[in-house]
Amino acid sequence: METHTGEFSVHSSIESLKHYLPSQAPLKDFIHHNTLHAFQHDSFHDGVKKAAEIFGYKVYLSVPEFRNLYAKKEIKEQVLDQVLKAKKEGKEGEWKNKLINEKIEEEQIPRIGQLRSFWKEHFKIDLDSLVHPILFRIIGSYLDQGVSIWNFPASSNGFLASIRELERNSLISFFKTKRAKELLLNGDCSLENLLQITVGRKELFEQYMFDQQFAHPGWSGISAVIEDNPFSLIDEKKITLEEVIQFELLLEIDALDDRYGEIWSPIGLKLTEDPVKLFLDISYNEAMEVKMIWQEAYEWSYYDKVLKGIQLQTCETQENQIDSFQALFCIDDRECSIRRHIEEEDQKCKTFGTAGFFNVEFYFQPEHSDFYTKVCPAPMTPKYLIREVENTNRQSSDFHFGKHSHGLLSGWILTHTLGFWSALRLFFTVFKPTQNAASVTSSKHMDKHSVLSIENKVGDELIDGLQIGYTIDEMANRLEGLLRTIGLIDNFATHIYAIGHGSSSVNNTHYAGYDCGACSGRPGSVNARVICHIGNHAGVREILKERGIVIPETTQFIGALHDTSRDEMMFYDLKVLSDSNFKFHHENVLKFNRALSKNAKERSRRFMSINTKKSAKSIHSKVKVRTVSLFEPRPELNHATNTLCIVGNRDFSKNLFLDRRAFMNSYDYSIDPNGTFLLGILNAVAPVCGGINLEYYFSRVDNQTLGAGTKLPHNVMGLIGVANGIDGDLRTGLPSQMIEVHDPLRLLVIVEHYPEVLLETIKRNPATFEWFEKDWVKLAAVNPETKEIYIFNKDQFETYIPLLKDIKAIQDTEGLFESSHDNLPVYLIKERSHGTVN
Amino acid sequence: MEQLINLFILLPLVGFILSLVFPRRNENMLSWVSFTTVGIQLFAALIFIVVWMFYGGNVIDLKEFSIFQARGYDFYIDFYFDRITLTYLMIGAMLTFIITVYSRYYLHREEGYKRFFNIILFFYLGYNIVIFSGNLETLFIGWEILSVSSFLLIAFYRDRYLPVKNAVKVFSIYRIGDVGLILAMWLSHHLWHENISFYKLSNYELVHEHLAEHSMIGFAISFLIFISAAAKSAQLPFSSWLPRAMEGPTPSSAIFYGSLSVHIGAFILMRTYPFWEFQTSFRVFVVIAGLTTAILATFTSRVQSSIKSQIAYSSIAQIGLIFIEIALGLEAIALVHVAGNAFLRTYQLLVSPSVVSYKIREQFYNYVPRPKTIEDSWPKRFEYSLYIISLKEWNLDSLMYKYMWNPLKRLGSKWVFFTFKNFYFFFGIGFLAGLILSLNPQIISPKWAFYLPLIFSFLGLLMVIKAFTERNSVRLSWTLIITNHLTIALAISFNEHFDITHHIWYLSGVIVAGMVGYFCIQRLRGLEKRVSLDKFYGHVYEHPKIALVFLIACLGIAGFPITPTFIGEDLIFSHIKENQVLLAFFIAMSLIINGLAAIRIYARIFLGPHVKTYHGSAKRSS
Repeated sequence: METHTGEFSVHSSIESLKHYLPSQAPLKDFIHHNTLHAFQHDSFHDGVKKAAEIFGYKVYLSVPEFRNLYAKKEIKEQVLDQVLKAKKEGKEGEWKNKLINEKIEEEQIPRIGQLRSFWKEHFKIDLDSLVHPILFRIIGSYLDQGVSIWNFPASSNGFLASIRELERNSLISFFKTKRAKELLLNGDCSLENLLQITVGRKELFEQYMFDQQFAHPGWSGISAVIEDNPFSLIDEKKITLEEVIQFELLLEIDALDDRYGEIWSPIGLKLTEDPVKLFLDISYNEAMEVKMIWQEAYEWSYYDKVLKGIQLQTCETQENQIDSFQALFCIDDRECSIRRHIEEEDQKCKTFGTAGFFNVEFYFQPEHSDFYTKVCPAPMTPKYLIREVENTNRQSSDFHFGKHSHGLLSGWILTHTLGFWSALRLFFTVFKPTQNAASVTSSKHMDKHSVLSIENKVGDELIDGLQIGYTIDEMANRLEGLLRTIGLIDNFATHIYAIGHGSSSVNNTHYAGYDCGACSGRPGSVNARVICHIGNHAGVREILKERGIVIPETTQFIGALHDTSRDEMMFYDLKVLSDSNFKFHHENVLKFNRALSKNAKERSRRFMSINTKKSAKSIHSKVKVRTVSLFEPRPELNHATNTLCIVGNRDFSKNLFLDRRAFMNSYDYSIDPNGTFLLGILNAVAPVCGGINLEYYFSRVDNQTLGAGTKLPHNVMGLIGVANGIDGDLRTGLPSQMIEVHDPLRLLVIVEHYPEVLLETIKRNPATFEWFEKDWVKLAAVNPETKEIYIFNKDQFETYIPLLKDIKAIQDTEGLFESSHDNLPVYLIKERSHGTVN
Repeated sequence: MEQLINLFILLPLVGFILSLVFPRRNENMLSWVSFTTVGIQLFAALIFIVVWMFYGGNVIDLKEFSIFQARGYDFYIDFYFDRITLTYLMIGAMLTFIITVYSRYYLHREEGYKRFFNIILFFYLGYNIVIFSGNLETLFIGWEILSVSSFLLIAFYRDRYLPVKNAVKVFSIYRIGDVGLILAMWLSHHLWHENISFYKLSNYELVHEHLAEHSMIGFAISFLIFISAAAKSAQLPFSSWLPRAMEGPTPSSAIFYGSLSVHIGAFILMRTYPFWEFQTSFRVFVVIAGLTTAILATFTSRVQSSIKSQIAYSSIAQIGLIFIEIALGLEAIALVHVAGNAFLRTYQLLVSPSVVSYKIREQFYNYVPRPKTIEDSWPKRFEYSLYIISLKEWNLDSLMYKYMWNPLKRLGSKWVFFTFKNFYFFFGIGFLAGLILSLNPQIISPKWAFYLPLIFSFLGLLMVIKAFTERNSVRLSWTLIITNHLTIALAISFNEHFDITHHIWYLSGVIVAGMVGYFCIQRLRGLEKRVSLDKFYGHVYEHPKIALVFLIACLGIAGFPITPTFIGEDLIFSHIKENQVLLAFFIAMSLIINGLAAIRIYARIFLGPHVKTYHGSAKRSS
């Protein structure tokens, strides 16, 4: 990527730009990813330091913030000493003093923007303020997906061609002067020529483009994303980053001509001194070094507790225990606590974690829709299509979003009449919030009673190259894969629940980021139904039997959806249950409901507007109201505080209180001595959980440039992004309301397996290996027998002995929730004796 | 019962003061004060209205008290209540009540929680003063409060570039509205020979008698009022400020710019309707202006790809229609329209983030590729031209620059040779000479007596233009504002017999505020290396207290109704004769740019992205 020699090539420069620009998709497909993915070929600390120096990002907390954490003992002195010893051997004292006491100069002038700042300094012209408003407005109108009533005319041939078409046939121009318009219509408006006019020196072209595009990374980024993936828009638009740059250069020429006539000289020829090259090696920066050490100490202060907890916690499953039911949840950190509560309600049940698409990858086509929506992890490209029929849901409509209120006469009539209806709505919005057409509801993703085309019938034709449903063999493969990875291959209970998850909220532009990440930002309900249908399929079971997995006839799979913001569960296809199973299911539902209320109570400790000391039931109803309240910017806190990923048996961590901070993937090392399934798990964990974690990390440490800032003033631009105000750049990353309680720690993946197997496993896939090797995600192996801990460092595992000697044990988790709004430490949970809980 | 009207002013005032007292982190108390204040007000309003109607619903005019009296001059506070007030009172109380409850949760944990509720209550105070005002002077007090609270609210996210830039921009348009109002007050003072109350305006014979002799002045007053109304209600040619004001948290945009603030222009037109009812030419003019705005804004709204600007332009279009209704004398319909538009736009803005999920879902299920619009059936050349001009908002924003601010800048930049030090040498000589002349009026010939005020007021205007465009020295810019006031006082002193008390009223606030402000600047210069006017410096980040004191000084020096200067400005105008239009214009311009220059200094040194980069700050474009 970094070929930055003197020769200028449009193609490589554009590619390089695209690589560094934010790659966030339009809102409807919001998917978490590592914000600084462009630096992932370097090790974490080196990469972020580069990013900081070149682009001016904040990549760690500030020194005062770290010192505050140190004062609050969240960074432990003992750990700090250990980190200092490792990083600054021989100079520990000096550096410790630097970290804790000395004044650290954190001001830093980034390299980006230095070249173009010369316009202002020397030419006394503020190009950005002349060009940006009209540029953003035109790109925004061109890409608009349905806000505007009168669309961009002539938009079928691409961005620049459309503008040309408009300019050619209009009495009014976007330009103020002749030359730029002439260049666009008849002249040579190739990138090289335009850059020649504005910059004048070839070796500066690329840097100029970087400066220019990074003055508005939001619009440039979305254009690049749409260029590479036009299907991310429903109303497809052709645009390329190159066209955006060409047009911006034309507007710049126009602005300069307007001010000086056509006689100004290119910026490159007027430079008194060349600016620092963007990608030159970075220099030593003491503040960065200090913060790097703080960061390590901060992380290890937490990791140490967890690892000690893992070592200390014990969980004894009784031999030959017959599980009352088994429940499969998503790996998602939000499911970490609900599993604990369910296990508390029924100590004989067993829960599992797995990626929430349940190993069935396909496109879903809801009834009445012409579009397919992908419901599996983003990097996968499914070959299957599952269609919904017999959907009876209808979307309710709301005139507040309709075009009539914006008409002149229709608006006149509406304001005189329905305007007063709005007053009533306003009143109820505030005093009695209920669901309405504006809310996003996870259960609406698919009609509960609809029929899905899960099985491929002979003779079904391919649609758009996709096969409708799975063949029996394909179904069996998927179920087998799922069951083996999570280690559920015998001792089947009578009820196996597959519980996907989604989220409900209102007034939430980032709603897609609240649903299941393993289903490409959609609720996991369809996948849950599909896998359960497969699990209940006699033919599939027949095949599995041949392969050694015997599912008893009494066992039935039940699909469900957990709404993580409302803490509700919805169960699907109950008709197929046998009478006795149905009865028992009913009892389970009662347990689930109690667990859901307790889960709501646990979550509520983060919500200031709810008194956590109240009963679980009353809190639960308040939590539900939050999800339909227009004035509530935090229906739930999503993945905030995520820090861990535990890959192992449930017994490995069951009695450890992790405060909803862990992704959990079930995995039985004993049936996977070669790490075959483990690799599959890690291939997903690294990019998905690592991506989520790093997006939260960077949005937290630099909410202003890597995050989206506060969401309160956000304005929806063309349904594809948000900006502040009407003339702003698109804001990428997460809004402050999503990350404010997040502690920026890198993800620690803890695997229950022998380090040598784990090492050999991760090396098998270079893409996955890079995450660990370059330290963007930390990795620990715990020997299943001895519980010895190994930390992956560069290319090998090193023994780690926790500094902490003991972890407090608690029994009353409910009391714990009521005690604090902040992050809770790791605790051991004392198991209650059997029989005390129903 | 009539005295109850005072309650509607006092309540928000008490609420506002209380909200200043509570600590920043005490979210509960802050929001509680706000919605209790507005809640009580709403409740009281309901009772008041019922009782008022029970007693026949007669217009109430309440002359409160005089602040300043002199021969032929009486600056008094006057309150008024009729069905226009009633409608605005109900809309204001209901919406503000709902929004305060709404924001209580919405703004939770937001930096500036306290500031937000302070500003909302301050705004609400100003709103009530305006709608209850019984004369132009009282109205002007509320009017000024609205301007300042708007500025503070748009710049709510004061560490970003665009909100601050737009706040200054909107404030400057509001100041244009102020010129209209100040001059209208001046002219009407000459027309009526008193500070007339709205109550008297509704006396047909009285109005008719006065206007019969002075139809030109009548039209001029109406026109000036229209300018203020158009500026406040974002009508042509001022429309482009409204969408740009949507920089604060969504609920505040909803209530300020979706409903209450933008309809104030319509209010002032309705309030003064009896005055221009019989000026047919003016009524025709309002109809045409309203219709033009309505049509142009509708097209602009149709091409907006951002949800808030779309709502803003739709609202502007409806207000254009409201103007027409008022001009046609359809007051009842206009009032219903105001209420309906206010509620509708407020709700639309509040739910605006939901448009993403709503429309995406709608498209997902019922996708119709690129629906045809009426414009598609028009000739291509016409269609494209209309599209481009609508997208460019009819060039309104750039026209403002081209014809208002850029000429000022050019004028100001001619004076580069002045520095903080050498300026006072020239100023000292000139001022001293003027002072001597003014103290010895006998040596001035009558011809010069006419020109001297003009000359000095023009010099004052130049000073303030320089202050407004100064890019380096904060001290120069600030002191130029002070010397501008001094020069105006001097200019006026040539005009009539020298009444020292009037000058004391006028200059007392200026001098105190000027000194306080100067002290703030010096203090900041002592603490910070980088203090200048060439860009935004954002020093409020580290020096919030100095920033606050300086803001108050700015308001003082700008003639905001917290110092006697406010009355003094009105007094100054009472000394300008009706044939001295140019003098009135120079002085009005001076005062307007003065306020602008002060706010600009405040914005440049204290607001915007912080010049120090050790903490996160957003990109300039965001």
